Amino acid sequence: MARRQPEVVVREAAGTRQVIYLVTQTLNGLFSAALLFLIASGLTLAFGVMRIVNIAHGSFYMLGVYVAYTVAARTSSLLAGTLLAVLVVAAVGFLMQRLFLRRFAAQPLAQMMMTMGFALFFRDAALMIWGGDPFTLTTPRWLAGSMEAGAVVFPWYRLFVILVAGLVGAGLWIINDRTLIGARVRATVDDPEIAAAMGINVARLSGGVFAVGAALAAFGGVMGGPILGGYPGMDFDLLPLAFVVVIVGGMGSLKGALIGAIVVGMIDNFGKALVPELSYFTLFAPMVLMLALRPTGLYGRA
Amino acid sequence: MAERSATRAWRKPVIALLVAFLVFSPPFLSAYWVGLLTQVVILGILAMSLDLLIGYTGLPSLGHAGFFGVAAYGVGVLSTTYHAGVWTSIAGGFLAGTLVAALFGLIVSHVRDVYFLMITMALGMVLWGLSFRWIPVTGGDNGISGIPRLEGLIGLPASGPVPFYYVALLVFAACALLMALLVRSPFGLTLQGMREHEPRMRSLGFNTWLHGYLSYVGAGAFASIAGIMWAYYNGFVSPTYLDLTASSELFLMVTLGGPATLVGPVIGAGAIVILKNVMSAYTARWLLILGIVYIVTILWAPQGLWNLGQRRRA
Repeated sequence: MARRQPEVVVREAAGTRQVIYLVTQTLNGLFSAALLFLIASGLTLAFGVMRIVNIAHGSFYMLGVYVAYTVAARTSSLLAGTLLAVLVVAAVGFLMQRLFLRRFAAQPLAQMMMTMGFALFFRDAALMIWGGDPFTLTTPRWLAGSMEAGAVVFPWYRLFVILVAGLVGAGLWIINDRTLIGARVRATVDDPEIAAAMGINVARLSGGVFAVGAALAAFGGVMGGPILGGYPGMDFDLLPLAFVVVIVGGMGSLKGALIGAIVVGMIDNFGKALVPELSYFTLFAPMVLMLALRPTGLYGRA
Repeated sequence: MAERSATRAWRKPVIALLVAFLVFSPPFLSAYWVGLLTQVVILGILAMSLDLLIGYTGLPSLGHAGFFGVAAYGVGVLSTTYHAGVWTSIAGGFLAGTLVAALFGLIVSHVRDVYFLMITMALGMVLWGLSFRWIPVTGGDNGISGIPRLEGLIGLPASGPVPFYYVALLVFAACALLMALLVRSPFGLTLQGMREHEPRMRSLGFNTWLHGYLSYVGAGAFASIAGIMWAYYNGFVSPTYLDLTASSELFLMVTLGGPATLVGPVIGAGAIVILKNVMSAYTARWLLILGIVYIVTILWAPQGLWNLGQRRRA
């Protein structure tokens, strides 16, 4: 009997380790979900209002990190970097919509190809301007270190990102559900032609929504910056993830983007931890399942 | 109608000139240019196969380079790791690409338009991720090198760029003929009917799901043939064959040349291949240029070069 004692202890320790592992991975998954939500909410809004598949959305995310990095390096202020990144990318998005995409309203394929041209352009321009060296943004000092709750250790910064994404989500929801602008956006998502007939300036609304979507992607990039950093190719790395979120959640739906982000964030995280070789398959499995059951996604409309 | 045929009158002489150039010029060209022409005919097969989807069926696939890549990897793995014979490697590559298309087709064939676009792109990324991460089989980022030359294996007396070019040209001609027959067949006409108005075709009694599915698998099969030739042409395979940049370059070939013409995409492939190689002599900024070509094409020639001077289709 005496000999068996240590075995039980080990088994208990293994059990606790599994719980810790589970909690940590869940928190990591929520962190991924938070970033994905920030980025995909912009994509889904732009799709809802303009019916546009924006291949350049990953580029906005990439440009956000790079601009923030440059500004933060010059001014040593992460806040200034964040603000400027969001503003610059919003302006880029606005101009892109005004000068190029608007001419091709109701031609989804032409619009998609236009954004594809911009995606390739931005990708190479970023390489030309910033070079190919990867970097990470510095974590703000007041968010350094980790939270320790019992045996679970989790970085404060990641918790902060989850919180910020939650706040942004709440803000978007209030704007979308409780304001006149939100009502116009929802009307346009439902039926752009009728919305226009009711006196909504769909062209101006599209420009605004596209700019906000670009800003959200840039903000997501900056928020992920201290952990995921910036590197050439990050735009096309992210794009399929954002697409899966939007497909699972339903195009044009904020609620769908939230649920989709959590599903994809969790699955991606656990998939990478458990079967790293198959991480792409575990990621696309929910999308395939969703398409088989509900082609328009959880909250999408046909 | 008269006006329309007048605007099309330049087409036949141009085709005759292009065919004559493809058939007779290589012996008089340098090895470098024969190499470029070989790329043009192989990627021409690939661009025509995508045209079956984009132009004729109205399915904008953004992951088409995936089947091309899978077939190339099939040849690479079989002929190096397993030292398989040339016909086994070719058959294996063809089957691999086509079977993946048959599998993916089950997923994508009941969605349309932007959904189709996003899903094919995501699936294309799955294949790219596999080529990049499944290192024991694919060699990861390094790819697979040492694929033997095709000419000797299939019993040609001579080897080198020109003999290989003529093999590629022969394959190209066979594929072009098959695809041209396909789009003129009742099957191809049904696809074009679906492109114009799918619900109407369905109410006329056509099984539009099956037609869409077969079109997707067929396009994947032709893309696989191009992938096999590409693997033998380069002697190696790498993940860049099937990444998103490859799929978008391919998409541009079809759009730039003119969808639903088969000839247009080949011209698009030629324009992109030659532009890419000429430009890379001066600058490393190929993607930047490609992006600009994309934007310019959509702004000024949205129907493609081969359709210039024609009325826009709504």
